[in-house]
Amino acid sequence: MAEKAVAKRMMRLEVVTTREVVFASDAEMIVAPGTEGSLGILPLHAPLVSALEPGVLRVRQHGAEVRMAVSSGFIVVKPHKTVVLADAAERAEEIDVERAMAARERALKRLTARGESIDMVRAEAALRRAAARLKAAGREGDPH
Amino acid sequence: MQGTRDIRRRIRSVKNMQQITRAMKMVAAARLRKAQERVLAARPFARTMREVFLDLMSKTTVTNPLMAERGQNKRVLYVVITGDRGLSGGYNANILRKALSHAGKVEEASFVAVGKKGRDYLRFRKLAIAGEHVQLGDEPQFMVARQILDQVSRSFINNEVDEVYLVYSQFVTAMTQRPVANRLLPLAAPVGEKAGEASGEGDAAGPKAAGASAETGGGPGYLLPEYIYEPSAEAILARLIPKYLETLIFHGMLEGKAGEFGARMTAMDMATNNAAEMIDRLTLQYNRARQASITKEINEIVGGANALQ
Repeated sequence: MAEKAVAKRMMRLEVVTTREVVFASDAEMIVAPGTEGSLGILPLHAPLVSALEPGVLRVRQHGAEVRMAVSSGFIVVKPHKTVVLADAAERAEEIDVERAMAARERALKRLTARGESIDMVRAEAALRRAAARLKAAGREGDPH
Repeated sequence: MQGTRDIRRRIRSVKNMQQITRAMKMVAAARLRKAQERVLAARPFARTMREVFLDLMSKTTVTNPLMAERGQNKRVLYVVITGDRGLSGGYNANILRKALSHAGKVEEASFVAVGKKGRDYLRFRKLAIAGEHVQLGDEPQFMVARQILDQVSRSFINNEVDEVYLVYSQFVTAMTQRPVANRLLPLAAPVGEKAGEASGEGDAAGPKAAGASAETGGGPGYLLPEYIYEPSAEAILARLIPKYLETLIFHGMLEGKAGEFGARMTAMDMATNNAAEMIDRLTLQYNRARQASITKEINEIVGGANALQ
């Protein structure tokens, strides 16, 4: 009985990038970085489409938490399946911390140097992606 | 009759060529497998993208600058995806033929060349090249698709062109590639979905795989869920359209790559077989020549002995 209840409270989650399926498994809860704020998704959530910003996607699975860094994309909640479409997505343990730190340094340098406006936008996006990766990897506290 | 030495030399050179074509065939076969895997791996993204896009289009009346119709066959920009290398049978030529036959029917055609072979050919024909992306390697990068879309959508929005077509080779089987020209811009609201690729909108999920068309073709009984859009349907659409178009271009690149390896594998297989045939023929010729010279020598000896008697 208890087991059945647990089994019922799962939903399918797929994290898909343009080149591969990063994650495909059952989840109990998903917390996604929506553009309008964090989105908590539980099973039987109403169908929803939201834009995502670079951040940490947290997935609770059998009581444990899986963290993934996602860059901008979309989350699509369907009745039996939730799909995260992202430009890039990495599991916390696969994140190259060194590289993310280097990327953050680079972006910060560019931001303080103040170049053209297009570069600023790009640097800002790069900074957000790097921060998301570091946060997912648990190497950085709250970035704000 | 050629001298036996000449024939032997030719046999050796054909054997060398055969070794090369055989090696190229093996390499192409291995890369083909990887390229096919990449096409498959990219499919779920494209499919979900398309599904959300279709749902959005059926619900919102909002229009996007990228959907503005300005008349057909006037100023058309072609994104032509070819390979960087030759020795792949008719692969590149078929794509270029498709592009040029389409371009022949419009008032003003310009091209974005993706792949060295296409670029070289368009340059040779002195056609208007608006952009080029060459030396892309065996693994298509999404960044390139994004750059291409940036360029063509800017041209479109600045009213420099009225339509943008994507010309690439659909991967049917390793032996068969089908060059297609699908309209990219203006992005059509997919109302006549069932009309399929002939309507020009093209197929997001790539080749008309049974699964893909069943899912997106609006088969009876299949209903898309009623989505809530956050922040709003309009905002999602504005972000989704460029991403969707990038996915289409990227998919064209992936499929083109698979087709290129398939075509090369087939071409090199044929070349290897032809070489084998030629070696057989030359060996026969060589044996005949050898036999003829032996016979001649015996005749001379016999003739000489008879003369002494």
